[in-house]
Amino acid sequence: MSSMVLTQMASLSRRSVLRVFRQPEVIVPALLFPLLIYGFQAAGLGSATKIPGFPTDSYISFLLAFPLVQGSLFSAVAAGTDLAKDIETGFLNRLSLTPMRPTALLAGSLVGVVALGFLQSVVFLTVGIIFGVQIQAGFLGALVLIVLTMLTALGFGGIGAILALWTGSGEAVQGIFPLLLVSFFLSSILLPRDLIQTDWFRTIATYNPISYLVEGIRSLIITGWDGHALLLGFLVAGGLAIVGISGAALSLKGRLGRT
Amino acid sequence: MTVGEARGIEVEGLVRKFKGGVTAVDGIDLRVEAGEIYGFLGPNGAGKSTTFLMLTTLLPPTSGTARVAGYDIVKEGQNVRASIGAALQEAALDPFLTGREHVRLQAALQGLSRGERKKRGDELLERVGLSDAADRKIRGYSGGMKRRLDLALALVHSPRILFLDEPTTGLDPQSRAALWDEVGRLARDDGVTVFLTTQYLEEADVLSDRVGIIDRGRIVAEDTPAALKAGIGRPSVAATPANRDDLGAVKRVLEQFGEEVSAPSGSAAVRLKDGDVNLTDVVRALDKQDLNISGLELNEPSLDDVYLAKTGRKLEGAAEEEAGEDGS
Repeated sequence: MSSMVLTQMASLSRRSVLRVFRQPEVIVPALLFPLLIYGFQAAGLGSATKIPGFPTDSYISFLLAFPLVQGSLFSAVAAGTDLAKDIETGFLNRLSLTPMRPTALLAGSLVGVVALGFLQSVVFLTVGIIFGVQIQAGFLGALVLIVLTMLTALGFGGIGAILALWTGSGEAVQGIFPLLLVSFFLSSILLPRDLIQTDWFRTIATYNPISYLVEGIRSLIITGWDGHALLLGFLVAGGLAIVGISGAALSLKGRLGRT
Repeated sequence: MTVGEARGIEVEGLVRKFKGGVTAVDGIDLRVEAGEIYGFLGPNGAGKSTTFLMLTTLLPPTSGTARVAGYDIVKEGQNVRASIGAALQEAALDPFLTGREHVRLQAALQGLSRGERKKRGDELLERVGLSDAADRKIRGYSGGMKRRLDLALALVHSPRILFLDEPTTGLDPQSRAALWDEVGRLARDDGVTVFLTTQYLEEADVLSDRVGIIDRGRIVAEDTPAALKAGIGRPSVAATPANRDDLGAVKRVLEQFGEEVSAPSGSAAVRLKDGDVNLTDVVRALDKQDLNISGLELNEPSLDDVYLAKTGRKLEGAAEEEAGEDGS
C-alpha cells in the first residue's frame, strides 16, 4: 500500500472519528438506548434464570451481550447515515475530484464506526461490571470481547455503507434499522436457544447468524473460554465484515461514477 | 502537448442523455484558451451543470469528446482531475469540521506533504480572508464564507484550470464582488484558466473574457461579451420629460429614430434604427420641439438582449419556462 493511500486513509479516518465524536445526537442514543433497554429487560426478565437448564444465575450477565450487539446496529445506521449525507451534500463528489482511492474512503468511513464500537463496548462493560457482572474469561476475555464487538460494528457498518451507497439517502438507511432490530430479537439474545419453547422461533434463532454472534460474546461473560462458541462468534462477525466491506467497496465503485 | 493545450479545454460534439430520453447536453463544441475566463451562461436546466460534471470527469458523456488540460475526460480522467480544481454548485462542506480541517484534509487527499499542507492551507485561508474563522466549524459560516472556503479547497494543489459551477448563487453583492475579484486575480496574475457556469448576466459580462450561451443543451452564441452585444447591434435610447404632460410628444420625437420599446413609467424609449444615429441627433430633435428633458440615457444591448435575439426568450424567466415544459 503506497504512502499516499495511507495518508488518505489516515486523514479520512480522522475526519470520520471527529464527525462521530462531534455529534452528541449520535453518541448519546448509541450509548443510552442500548443501556436503557438492557436495564428494563434485565429487571423484567430476571426470573428467567429459574428456568431449569438456564446457563447462569445472573440474568444481568446473560443479557450483557444485548447492549453490545445492539450498539453495533446503531453503528450501522450511524455509518450509513454519515455516508448518505456525504452523497446528499455533494461532499462525495468533492472527494471524487481528488486522487482519493475508494479503499481510503471506505476505510476512513468505517474507522469512525469502529471507534464508536470501541467506546460502546468499554462503556457497556463498565456499566455491567458496576452492576455485578463478572467476566468469566477474565481481563483478557474482556479484551477479546471488545475486539469481537468492534469487528461486529465494522461488519454492520459495512452493511450501513452499502445501503447508503445504493440509495444515497439517510432516511433509507435509518429505515432499515427496525428490520435489523427484528432480526436481532429473533435470535438467542433473550433466552438460550435450547430453552426457546416455540418451535418456529427456535428454528429462526438457529438459522439466524446473530445468535452465534451473541453466543460468542456471551460465552466470554458467563462461561469463560469456550473455543467453539468463540470461533462461531468470530466467524459470523468476520463473515459480516467481509460481506459488508466488499459489498460497500463494489457499491462505492458504482456510486463514484467518475471516469 | 503545448502550453495552451496543457491549460485549455477543447470540446467536440459532447452529448449527455439521461434515462427517460432527456438530452441535457446536445452536441456542444467549445474551446477555452489558456488563462482565459470562459463564462458559460444559461438559465437553470439549460445543460450548464451537466457540461460541468462531464468536463470535471464526474459524469461520463454519452458521446463526443473533450480534452481538459490536454487529457481526454473519459480515458484519462485521473490526469484531468490532477490538473483541475473545481467548486461545485453547492459548497459541499462538512458542517462538523473547521475551515482549517477542510483545507488540511483536501491537501492530504491531493498528496501534499505534511509541511506543505500546513503552509499551503494557511496561505489559502489568508488569501480568501478566512484566517480568523479558520478554527470555527463550518455550520457557523455564512454562505459567502462557505463559497470562499470552497474556492480555497479547489486551489489547494495549484491547479492549471479552475471549474466553478455557479459560484456566486445566493451570495450578497459584497461577497459576490469579492469572489469576482479573486477569480479575476487568479486568471490575471496566476494564469489560471477559468470555466465558470452562471445564470447571472452581470457575472458573465463583468468577469468573462468570452461567453458561451447555452440553451436547451446547445450553444446558441459564443464570443466576447462586447462582440456578442455588438452582434445584435442597435442600442436603445430612453428620455424622461421634465413635465409628464410632454410624454406623448417625447414619444413622437423618439419614434423618428427607431421602434418603441418598454420603458420605466414616465419615460419613453426606442431601439435605434441601424445607421449612424447618435445621441446628439436625439437631443437636437427634442430641443427643436422645445421639450424639456430631465433624463436621457443611451443603453447598449445587454447579454439578455443577446439571449433574447438568439432564443426568442428572455434569460430571466427562461428557467421557469423550461420547468413548465418539463412538467407538461
